[in-house]
Amino acid sequence: MRRESRQKIRETLVSFPSLFWLSLFFIVPTLFVFAIALKPANPYGGIASGWTWDNLRSLVNPNYLVVAWRTLWISVLSAAVCIVLATPIGYYLARVTARWKSFFLMLIIVPFWTNFLIRIFAWKILLHPEGAIKKVLAFSGLIGPQTSLLYNAGAVVLVTVYTFLPFTILPIYAAAEKFDFQLLEAARDLGAKRLQAFARIFLPGIRRGLITAVLFVFIPALGSYVIPDIVGGPSGEMIGNKIAQRVFVDRNLPQASALSVVLILSVLAPLVTVLALQRKREKPESLL
Amino acid sequence: MSEFLEFRNVSKRFGPIQAVNGVSLGIKKGEFFSLLGPSGCGKTTMLRLAAGFEHPDAGGVILDGEDITDLPPNKRKVNTIFQSYALFPHLTVWENIAFGLRVAKRTKRDIDTEVEAMLRLIRMGDQAHKKPDQLSGGQKQRVAIARALINKPRVLLLDEPLAALDLKLRQRMLIELDMIHDQVGITFLYVTHDQGEAMSLSDRIAVMDSGRIEQVGSPAEIYETPRTSFVAAFIGDTNFLEGEVTGLVESEYCQVKIADIPGVICFNDKSMKPGNPVYLSIRPEKIHISRDRPEESRLRNIVPAVVEDMIYLGSTTKYWVRTHGLRVQVLRQHFRFFLDEKPIRWNDDVWIWWHGDDGFMLDRYRAVDEHLVTLPPRKVGEPEDNDEKP
Repeated sequence: MRRESRQKIRETLVSFPSLFWLSLFFIVPTLFVFAIALKPANPYGGIASGWTWDNLRSLVNPNYLVVAWRTLWISVLSAAVCIVLATPIGYYLARVTARWKSFFLMLIIVPFWTNFLIRIFAWKILLHPEGAIKKVLAFSGLIGPQTSLLYNAGAVVLVTVYTFLPFTILPIYAAAEKFDFQLLEAARDLGAKRLQAFARIFLPGIRRGLITAVLFVFIPALGSYVIPDIVGGPSGEMIGNKIAQRVFVDRNLPQASALSVVLILSVLAPLVTVLALQRKREKPESLL
Repeated sequence: MSEFLEFRNVSKRFGPIQAVNGVSLGIKKGEFFSLLGPSGCGKTTMLRLAAGFEHPDAGGVILDGEDITDLPPNKRKVNTIFQSYALFPHLTVWENIAFGLRVAKRTKRDIDTEVEAMLRLIRMGDQAHKKPDQLSGGQKQRVAIARALINKPRVLLLDEPLAALDLKLRQRMLIELDMIHDQVGITFLYVTHDQGEAMSLSDRIAVMDSGRIEQVGSPAEIYETPRTSFVAAFIGDTNFLEGEVTGLVESEYCQVKIADIPGVICFNDKSMKPGNPVYLSIRPEKIHISRDRPEESRLRNIVPAVVEDMIYLGSTTKYWVRTHGLRVQVLRQHFRFFLDEKPIRWNDDVWIWWHGDDGFMLDRYRAVDEHLVTLPPRKVGEPEDNDEKP
């Protein structure tokens, strides 16, 4: 008993620095955001004294609903596309010989050597009405000459998938690497078709990796600002853009905070649910 | 009876390694058949060829008259028990056993009754809700057996199923496997490197080495009449003695000169002629040992020797004796314990003898097999660490 409690104290001591760091730079600022959301704005872009529900009440607004719905489906679709692409990639990465494995992993990591913003601007050039992709597609008759590849929700999904695909491949690969592939042979031996074995044995076997991968795309996508700002246009606007507009255009910090609160809560709620469900079902382990 | 599972001239190569080299083998219906050999001999590849995990480079696999060479594993009426069991970790015992029936889209009621029956067979009805990582090794093993048997395979393939268990559990599972084989009556193809397992379970054994089959036969045939020196050395212990035929005795025996022992009588089933070099294999338990000179009799070889080493094993004692510069292993069964009998000790002068029928003429073992054989005797006076080959 004593030994356990001493162990507990030691653990607390060791985790104290990171706890301190997280509190100071993450939890406290978040609480500030929550507090400012309940403050009235003053006309000069500052925060007035007193408390009010007006900021939160003003969110019930058809404009916001449209943007919120768009934010949600763009994030869900991006996460889904990422998972669909990353799962077979992770599977093959885990199965190829060591030499190919390091080669492919390098291919996945190499794009990070270029700045994120530059890569997104590169997409803007690629998707531009005078850009190569547009010309090839229009020439082959796959799209009409008036169809725009840029400044719509589709462009946002495309670039979001491009940006987050490596972050989904890596956790899925890590899970697949630990997967015992003889289980697939066993499933085939017991009469399962290739796809059945994949769906019934492989996917449950790497479910931690899948959950991590989904969270890695879905959460940043919900809050994305740069991607819709550069390739989205008005029809690709997301909540992140609205928050930025409230801050930079309207200079209304309480309004922006209120929007942020909604965003934070809508990310936190499903995350906490997933973690709680997992903890209940099995021993807590790291998501990776 | 015709062959039920048949390998026809099967070959399989993995990169530079010829895992299976033109093997033809027939297994009869209902038989408990073992593939026995050292690791890397190709026995597991044979099993994987039967299961459909590997496709042969040449030759074919025939099951009950049907060519299944090109069938994928899920279309073959065979099931495998893996060395590591390969139980699905996210499914319970019940769900693991039901897996085959579920992918076969059987009705829920069918699945319920058959899984229950299987759980009874393996006596694990009360563990049905557990996950594999909550089970002991023996329990996992039984679940793996049930999961395979529920599909009513025509042949059950077992890949070293007992290798991961400790000795006592292995002995228990051995009996259990034998019982299950008797109960379900299907054909078992059993892969193992453990001669004890193969001997105690099998109706027939194929001894494999370097991708080839050395000998097929009943356990007794393989032990008593090994066809090659590899088989003689791999199955049990043996003494290899090198000599030369010097004459024939009657029509069936010959005289062999081994080292400077003249006239060792040996059964001459290989029709050797005087002047032929021979390699004689004599099992240690076929050689008798005593302090007193035994009576002379026809076909009995009697040689004086000196005890060099001995190991007391409880039911038996193993002696290494030296005679005419040869080191010979002798196994003595203890029948009765005589307190007043003077036991054989180190450096005692003894007599060893064996019957002419118990020496077995073989081809010369290959250099690569040397780790398996009891090394040929050292000549007296040579340094002990010099493993010289004759």
